[in-house]
Amino acid sequence: MSQRKRLSNTQSSSQNKRQSSSSVTQEEDEDATFTQPSTSQVQRGLEKLTPAQVDQKTAEVVQYFLMKDQKKIPVRRADLVKYVVKDYRTIYPEIIKRAARTFEQVFGLKLVEIDPKHHMYILVNNLETATSRAAPVECPTNPKMGLLFVILSVIFMKGGTVKENLIWNTLKKLRVDPGQKHEEFGDVKKVVTDEFVRQKYLEYLRIPHTEPVEYEFRWGPRADAEVSKARILEFMGKLHEQDPRSWTQQYREAHATQNSS
Amino acid sequence: MSRQLGDGHRRFLQTMMGVYIIDELKAKALYQYCCETFKMQCAADRLDEFIETINLKLQPMFMQVRKGMSEENGHQYYALVNTAETDITRMTSDYADNELELFRKTMDLIVGSEKGTASSTDILNSTDTMTSKKLKKSETEHLLTRLVQDKWLCEKRGEYTLSTRCIIEMEPYIRSMYQDQVKMCHICHNVAFQCQICENPSCGIKIHNPCVARYFKGKMEPQCPACDDFWPHEIPEVRGLRSQSKK
Ligand SMILES: [Zn+2]
Ligand SMILES: [Zn+2]
Repeated sequence: MSQRKRLSNTQSSSQNKRQSSSSVTQEEDEDATFTQPSTSQVQRGLEKLTPAQVDQKTAEVVQYFLMKDQKKIPVRRADLVKYVVKDYRTIYPEIIKRAARTFEQVFGLKLVEIDPKHHMYILVNNLETATSRAAPVECPTNPKMGLLFVILSVIFMKGGTVKENLIWNTLKKLRVDPGQKHEEFGDVKKVVTDEFVRQKYLEYLRIPHTEPVEYEFRWGPRADAEVSKARILEFMGKLHEQDPRSWTQQYREAHATQNSS
Repeated sequence: MSRQLGDGHRRFLQTMMGVYIIDELKAKALYQYCCETFKMQCAADRLDEFIETINLKLQPMFMQVRKGMSEENGHQYYALVNTAETDITRMTSDYADNELELFRKTMDLIVGSEKGTASSTDILNSTDTMTSKKLKKSETEHLLTRLVQDKWLCEKRGEYTLSTRCIIEMEPYIRSMYQDQVKMCHICHNVAFQCQICENPSCGIKIHNPCVARYFKGKMEPQCPACDDFWPHEIPEVRGLRSQSKK
């Protein structure tokens, strides 16, 4: 089976770096063939390996996650097993456990499974981000994150789901026209409906029984894990010079979910 | 002094993962900021110790915060580097095979040159001898822009040099790949690209421009520290810490 796949990817090397998202269905088949090893299988697998081998594999997994996280691409278990874990798949649960511990203890990041069905993982910052004074060295924030923040705010304030037209109209008011090439974001519509969706910040879903076809936006699982609703409310409060508490429903939601995350 | 990693260390590391390289002044400011934010003890002269604590935990992940000097201004910088192999592993996720080949060729040109530079024309011409898929002119230009953006190369008026990040990260690779070609600075003993060379043919030592500035400062009759011959080059001025160019 892997032979066939190799052939279909001839232009890239076997250490495939640029995974295209077009082969999703095929990857899903692959994932179905991976069954989570049992505790006793893991135990037996570990006995056959030296601690150094396990450490080495854990390091590779950590590096793979960090590399994907730079571009905010979620990691699929199927890819992880196929490209990194490989022959160590019998001890996969142990390796993931160690990688998660490393992210937490060394990098201040949390490994989160955002899609239990398709086994997708992301890294979320574990450290308090709101601080009293500005950091002397700021990480170069992706300018697209401002765009994303606006969209997430609109969705949140409108109760969780909005039709796409509302988003496009909001952006137009901010002089970001989805029909035109933006000098900083490029193809705005593509960034919003493709890039943000692939990164799991947004969900872009067809509304059933609409003619012509209409779509709506929702928060994606990465946004749920990463973006503070309380901060969005704070931002809206400043923008509208209004007490965040005046949006009762949103305020309740923002502060109810905050404790759990 | 505890060797335990705290949130201050973690925030420092997170910032390094975003910027890859910072100069010493910024590193000190960041260190102080991280300590204050996470209520840790902070002593101005403890930065290297603080980084050592991070490195201890990073080592099993084949990563390291490494210190090195900028050939441009002589200041110290800290870079987050990959120690997995001496090859250009960190770049393999961001660049295609033929792009990496051209980068290697650019390194060849820079290492082989006297002044540690390669002109865009020479780089463009070197695509003729590529063994992987040949890059077109426009692709090469685009690649060079990306390499500068990603802080692997620096560019000034069409001349390319290895960036400080590149030199810090790839020093072991450069030392092993270009054993016969690469020379160390006579003063600081690091690899030297942008430098001055002793004109005595039986000597020919190299000294970084900033090391020249520091070594010969205030000397009326500059002499080569190895052969005592007259040092004929213009002695650059020592550049102050505050006048640092943004990199
Ligand atoms: Zn030197
Ligand atoms: Zn000499």
